[in-house]
Amino acid sequence: MSDQAVSLSAPSGAGHADASGPSGPKPRHIFSRRNIFLYGTLIVAALYYLLPLYVMIVTSLKGMPEIRLGNIFSPPLEITFEPWVKAWSTACTGLNCDGLSRGFWNSVRITVPSVILSIAIASVNGYALANWRFKGADTFFIILIVGAFIPYQVMIYPIVIILREIGLYGSLSGLVIVHSIFGMPILTLLFRNYFTSMPEELFRAARVDGAGFWGIYLRIMLPMSLPIFVVAVILQVTGIWNDFLFGVVYTRPDTYPMTVQLNNIVNSVQGVKEYNVNMAATILTGLVPLVIYFISGRLFVRGIAAGAVKG
Amino acid sequence: MSKSERPSRLFRNLNAKVASIPMILTALVVFVGGTAWTVLYSFTNSKLLPRLNFVGLDQYYRLWATPRWLVSIENLLIYGVISLVFSLVIGFILAALLDQKIRFEDTFRTIFLYPFALSFIVTGLVWQWLLNPDFGIQGVIRNLGWTSFAFDPLYNSSIVIYGISIAALWQGTGLIMCLMLAGLRGIDEDIWKAARVDGIPMWKTYLFIIIPMMRPVFITTLVIIASGIVKVYDLVVAQTSGGPGIASEVPAKYVYDYMFFAQNLGQGFAASTMMLLSVMIVIVPWAYLEFGGRKRV
Repeated sequence: MSDQAVSLSAPSGAGHADASGPSGPKPRHIFSRRNIFLYGTLIVAALYYLLPLYVMIVTSLKGMPEIRLGNIFSPPLEITFEPWVKAWSTACTGLNCDGLSRGFWNSVRITVPSVILSIAIASVNGYALANWRFKGADTFFIILIVGAFIPYQVMIYPIVIILREIGLYGSLSGLVIVHSIFGMPILTLLFRNYFTSMPEELFRAARVDGAGFWGIYLRIMLPMSLPIFVVAVILQVTGIWNDFLFGVVYTRPDTYPMTVQLNNIVNSVQGVKEYNVNMAATILTGLVPLVIYFISGRLFVRGIAAGAVKG
Repeated sequence: MSKSERPSRLFRNLNAKVASIPMILTALVVFVGGTAWTVLYSFTNSKLLPRLNFVGLDQYYRLWATPRWLVSIENLLIYGVISLVFSLVIGFILAALLDQKIRFEDTFRTIFLYPFALSFIVTGLVWQWLLNPDFGIQGVIRNLGWTSFAFDPLYNSSIVIYGISIAALWQGTGLIMCLMLAGLRGIDEDIWKAARVDGIPMWKTYLFIIIPMMRPVFITTLVIIASGIVKVYDLVVAQTSGGPGIASEVPAKYVYDYMFFAQNLGQGFAASTMMLLSVMIVIVPWAYLEFGGRKRV
C-alpha cells in the first residue's frame, strides 16, 4: 500500500510511458525511471534549499579557530553555545554592547501593537466594504489596492513629515502607524473577500433583529471569521518582523528593530569578524518567522497566496 | 424639502463611514497625497529640507548623468530579468514535479517555501557567508585540491549582481512554486485525460496546453515578481551594502541614501519618481487587462 499514491498517478496524466499498455492493475515500480528522476530532482532541490539553513546552524555552533581551519559544511567537532550567548547578550553595534536582545524586545514592542492595530483597522474596513458599502467606498478601496504597488520609497518622506508634525517621528508608535498603513491594502482585501463570501442572510437576520454596525461586527462577524484572523496574524507577524526599510527610516538607534540591529552587528566594519556570532545572530532573527511558518503550515500558504501582492 | 434630506444622506450609514476613516485617510493622504507630494518636490532643488523652489527637470537631468544611478538601473534590469526568468522556470518546474501525486508532497513544499518566511536581511547575510571567498563555497572547493577554482561573486564587481540574484532566487522561488501549484491544481483533470488519449507526450501537454491555460496565473505571478523587483533594497544592504564600490547599487538604495545621508532630497524624490514610473509601466497595462472590462477587484 505504501506506494499507492505513486501507482495512482497515471490517471492524473503524469504521463507514464505505457499509457496504451495492457489493462489490469499496474505493476508497482518504486524504482521506475520516472520515480528516480522525479524524486531525485526533488531531493536535490530540497538539499539546495536546506543547505543555507544547515550551514547557518553548523557555523553558529563552532568556535572561531575551527571555522578558520575547517570547512563550512562540516559538522562542528566541538559544539559550543557561546556564539549564541554572545549574539544575544554582548554583541556590539556601535557603542552599545548589549547584543541582539535589545533589538528582539524592540521588535516585539513594534510587532505586537502593529499586528493588533493593522488587523483591527483592516477587518473593520473589509466589513464596511462588504456589508455596509457607502457611496465612494469602492473608489477608496481601489486607490488602496493600487497604492499597494507604489514603491515605498515614493511615500517614505511625506510620512516622515507627517510623523514629525504629530511628534511621533523616531518613536515606536510612529513605526506602528506606518506598519498599519502599509499593511492596510492587503489585509483589507483579505477581509473584504472573506466577509463578502459569508452568507448574506446571516447579516440580514441580524439587521432584522436590530443589531447595528458594531453589534454585527463584534457578535457575528468576528466570531465567525477566526480562521481569516489567524491568516492575517501570520501574514502580519512575519511581514512586520522581517521589515527592514521602515525600521531603519522611522526609528532611532535605541529603538531599532531586530533586523536593523542584526545588519549593523554583522556588517559593522570594526573589530575582528566573528562568523559564528554573526550566524547565531542571524538564526535568532530568523527564528520567530520560521517557528510561525513551521507551526502554521497550510495557513501560512494561504496567507502568502493572499498577501503575495505585497511583494 | 431637499434641504432636510441632504444631511440625512450624508449621515446615513454613518458608522461605516466613521469606521472607514483610517482607510480613507490612508488612501487619500498617504497614497495619493504622499505620491503627489513626492512627484511635485522632485521638480525642486530641495537639499536638506523640502523647499518649493522649482528648477524644472534639472534633478532628472542630473539623475541620468550620475554614474551611480546608471549602475543602479543596469543592476535592476539584470536582476529583474534573472528573477523573472529563473523564478518562473524553477517555480513552474518544482510545481509540476510536486503535482505528480508524489509522496511527501507537504514535506517538499515546506522545504521549498521556508526561505520565504525569512527576511531579506537574514537571506542576504546567510548568502554573504556562503559566498565568502575564504571560508565559503570557493574556499571549500579550493581545499579539496582545485586551487584555481573561482566563485566569489560578492567580491567581483562585474558579477556581483548575479551573486545577489542567487540569494533572491533562493528566497523567492518557493512563493512562485506555490502560486504555480495552485494554478496547476485548478486545471481540469479531463484535459490531462484527453491529452493522454491523443497520445500527446507530457512535456508537450505542459508546453502547449497547460501553460497557455494558466495564462491568468502567469500574469498575476509576473506582476507580483515585477513589483517585488523594483523594491529590492534590504537584500543588497545586507549582502554587499552596494559594493564592491558601487557595483551592486540598486535604485531603492539610491533613493534612501540621497534622502537620508546625502541630504539631497530633490535627487531622492526624482529617483523615487522614476521608480514609480517604472512600476506604472508594468501595472497600468495589467490593471487595464485585468479590470478593464468587468468590475472585479
